[in-house]
Amino acid sequence: MMAIQFYDTQVNSRLLLGTAQYPSPKILADAISSSASEVVTVSLRRESGSDRTGQSFWELIKSAEVNVLPNTAGCKTVKEAVTTAQMAREIFSTPWIKLEVIGEDDTLQPDVFQLVEAADILCREGFQVFPYTTDDLVVAERLLSCGCELLMPWASPIGSGRGINDPYSLKTFRSHFGNVPLIVDAGIGLPSHAARVMEMGYDAVLLNTAVAKAGDPVAMAKAFAQAIQAGRTAFESQPIEAREMASPSTPVTGTPFWNSLES
Amino acid sequence: MLKIYINGTLTEVEQASLGELIRHLRDDADAIATAINGEFVAYADRDKHTLSDRDRVDIVAPMAGG
Repeated sequence: MMAIQFYDTQVNSRLLLGTAQYPSPKILADAISSSASEVVTVSLRRESGSDRTGQSFWELIKSAEVNVLPNTAGCKTVKEAVTTAQMAREIFSTPWIKLEVIGEDDTLQPDVFQLVEAADILCREGFQVFPYTTDDLVVAERLLSCGCELLMPWASPIGSGRGINDPYSLKTFRSHFGNVPLIVDAGIGLPSHAARVMEMGYDAVLLNTAVAKAGDPVAMAKAFAQAIQAGRTAFESQPIEAREMASPSTPVTGTPFWNSLES
Repeated sequence: MLKIYINGTLTEVEQASLGELIRHLRDDADAIATAINGEFVAYADRDKHTLSDRDRVDIVAPMAGG
């Protein structure tokens, strides 16, 4: 399986793993290990007084020796997202930013207008932006015009586990952006969902809840890694086209008693 | 004495600059990031930033995220 490049960083694993909602720090560390992921998402939160949980979390992530992809989760305006990205760059020492600008609370759907505006500012400031977006082609074109070198369309709402809501749109998206690295982000619930998007030609999958909230997150992380690898290998092996009618897999010519009724 | 918001809580402080305030509050000033009134203030600029009454100071640290 070929490696994948995100901006100037090459990785072998096509699974990007979120770090939230795990039952314990140890299970998180073990899940990262069993997933073989080389990119994990992280975030920022207010921390006052004697609370130092942020530092212990950060030490755990650094010990995993993976690339970190900070996010702007919870931001609803351009200003919030830009300021959060600037703070994340200082703390995590990376130009990478998973850009989320949420526009609607029930679906956590991105506000694509503010997303494009924030992406434009951040790209001009030297960030390497991973934009969480919908499957809208025009919005995606705008993001590329801003300087984004990859795109992260959703499969379905964050944390829903519904899998692919609209296979046609995701196929169209893949076809339209033939050479752009595409990461499906959000809505994946099962390894089979991840395998399916990889078979469609997506370059990678970003997920969190499906692993963290599983009964056994460590085993589920491995299951996702295997499914994503299988899906990618299948895509590279050029799957057959589906057809309406049967086609015999065993050669018919020479079959015993073939055409015997005619003789 | 100034009254400023620290992570949303109105607090009386004696420090004149953001740098002084952070050093007073924490011993790990390089492990957090700061913003005042929604604008990022870089580590190197904290001492240059004078606090004003009713400023909103945000102090953030790493956390888990998806």
